[in-house]
Amino acid sequence: MPSIKSVGLRLFDWVDDRVQIKALVDYMAHKSVPRHDHEIWYYFGGLSLFFFIIQVCSGILLLLYYRPGADSAYESVQFIISKVQFGWLIRAIHSWSANLMILAVVIHMFSVFFTRAYRKPREITWLTGMGLLGLVLFFGFSGYLLPWNELAFFATKVGTGMAGVVPLAGGFLMKLLRGSDEVTGATITRFFGFHVAVLPALFTAVLTVHLLLVQRQGMSEPESWESRPESQKRRMPFFPNFLLRDLLVWLIALNVLAILAVFFPYGIGPLHWDLGLKADPFSSPPAHIRPEWYFMFMFQSLKFLPAKILLVDGEVVGIIGFGLAGVFWTLIPFFDRTTEKGRRKRLYAYTGLVAVMFVLVMTFLGYILD
Amino acid sequence: MQNDTLKRRSFLNYLLGGGVIAVLAAIGFPIYKYLKPPKIPEAAESQVTAGTLAELQAAEGRYKIFRFGRKPGIVVLMPNNEIRAFSASCTHLDCIVQYRPDLNVLWCPCHNGKYDLTGRNISGPPPRPLEQWVAHYDKASDNIFVSKGEGA
Ligand code: HEM
Ligand code: FES
Repeated sequence: MPSIKSVGLRLFDWVDDRVQIKALVDYMAHKSVPRHDHEIWYYFGGLSLFFFIIQVCSGILLLLYYRPGADSAYESVQFIISKVQFGWLIRAIHSWSANLMILAVVIHMFSVFFTRAYRKPREITWLTGMGLLGLVLFFGFSGYLLPWNELAFFATKVGTGMAGVVPLAGGFLMKLLRGSDEVTGATITRFFGFHVAVLPALFTAVLTVHLLLVQRQGMSEPESWESRPESQKRRMPFFPNFLLRDLLVWLIALNVLAILAVFFPYGIGPLHWDLGLKADPFSSPPAHIRPEWYFMFMFQSLKFLPAKILLVDGEVVGIIGFGLAGVFWTLIPFFDRTTEKGRRKRLYAYTGLVAVMFVLVMTFLGYILD
Repeated sequence: MQNDTLKRRSFLNYLLGGGVIAVLAAIGFPIYKYLKPPKIPEAAESQVTAGTLAELQAAEGRYKIFRFGRKPGIVVLMPNNEIRAFSASCTHLDCIVQYRPDLNVLWCPCHNGKYDLTGRNISGPPPRPLEQWVAHYDKASDNIFVSKGEGA
């Protein structure tokens, strides 16, 4: 009997004979990953990918029972968590993994920012990465409405209300999102379409470009390596060493996810998703209304803005401010071009620190000032 | 001859470019229009019933949210037993306001916006006052009727 290995090799040869995959394997084998004190950050991109795969799988499972619509969305989620066997677990995994995915993406983004890995030639990778961050936030925002409970309803009312104050395009944007003048069943239909069709398709497309670029260009090396002789640069092969470590990280993540979902199916503390009451568009919101943690800093900043700033409505100033900051952050590789001369400017690192401090302080205040 | 070919070529380029633009417009325009939800004609209600006084007296915060067409409204039972009605849509980001008897203001929990009992925005982010509506109490039926304008 031929051993499994020889069958495997023959299968490989058979495929290689037709589509020449050996070149690809050689390429992977020659790729290497730099080793240094900050190499831990290299794992967060892969971790984000892991959570995305979990989201796709658990999301498809939820789709088997979820029914969009003002008269059925809440009821179907209730059905999932109370009647369907392990339904509570699937919803817990989808909710936990959504939060962990956003956390992983945010950490990944900041690590790229502070190691300045966005420098030439990786500007396009940074741009696609920012695109993915935007999409993942929209994933979270659109998914949050789907259970059609009280909190979701008011969070969406305020969130889409923000889209409404964007100068010029606001009215159109708000209607585009709401599918009506108000947040109604039509809004669920749209958000559902975004959440399970438009966003997954866009995300997959942008992610493909992002990963192809990473494979093509390899990992960025730390800035301190620029003046080092080749002999002092430590590396490890991408395949199999780095890949195996990546898989180990995924395994740990899977375990953490399982523990969280089983022991805290409805979240912990301020991070929770109890179904609560069904949305009622003609009732007052609960007193402690707040958005998901990743929008908290914006929500809190809006609370601090006065009604009028130099004759302009406060929230308009806020929206334009956040919009400009977002554009600046996205275009940072084109502003920060100092390394080519070998001269290090700390300006961008400080800008980043200020941004992080702002987000942290506002988020913190959002939770304690309640 | 050279010149002729060039002319012909640039003519073809224009034709092609124009064609592409026309195709994109023919695809894009219907989609743009499709994305905008159709206007659902609002039944021209000039007056709605917001509930009964008994309900309002029993209500915990001495206010009630009611439905005026597709918009939420609020009726408030003031300390002097006067009944007032307002649009309940916060002028900041469209949350729903409520009455706070302890502060004697209309309060929006979403970003801590406050309005006085004439609807004027007095603190927090709301940029404009709430629209005040006309509340009318009918003793016989105990109903509170609300209309938007003076004329009703
Ligand atoms: C193809 C991918 C996905 C599919 C098919 C999908 C499907 C669904 C469905 C059917 C629901 C409604 C059921 C429910 O509310 O429990 C839902 C909710 C939700 N989704 Fe997704 N999803 C996908 C990806 C994502 C991603 C990438 C995120 C990440 C940020 C995300 C975040 C959420 C959130 C926060 C909820 C609300 C959970 C809740 O409170 O119940 N989803 N998703
Ligand atoms: S929506 Fe009312 S204060 Fe912001």
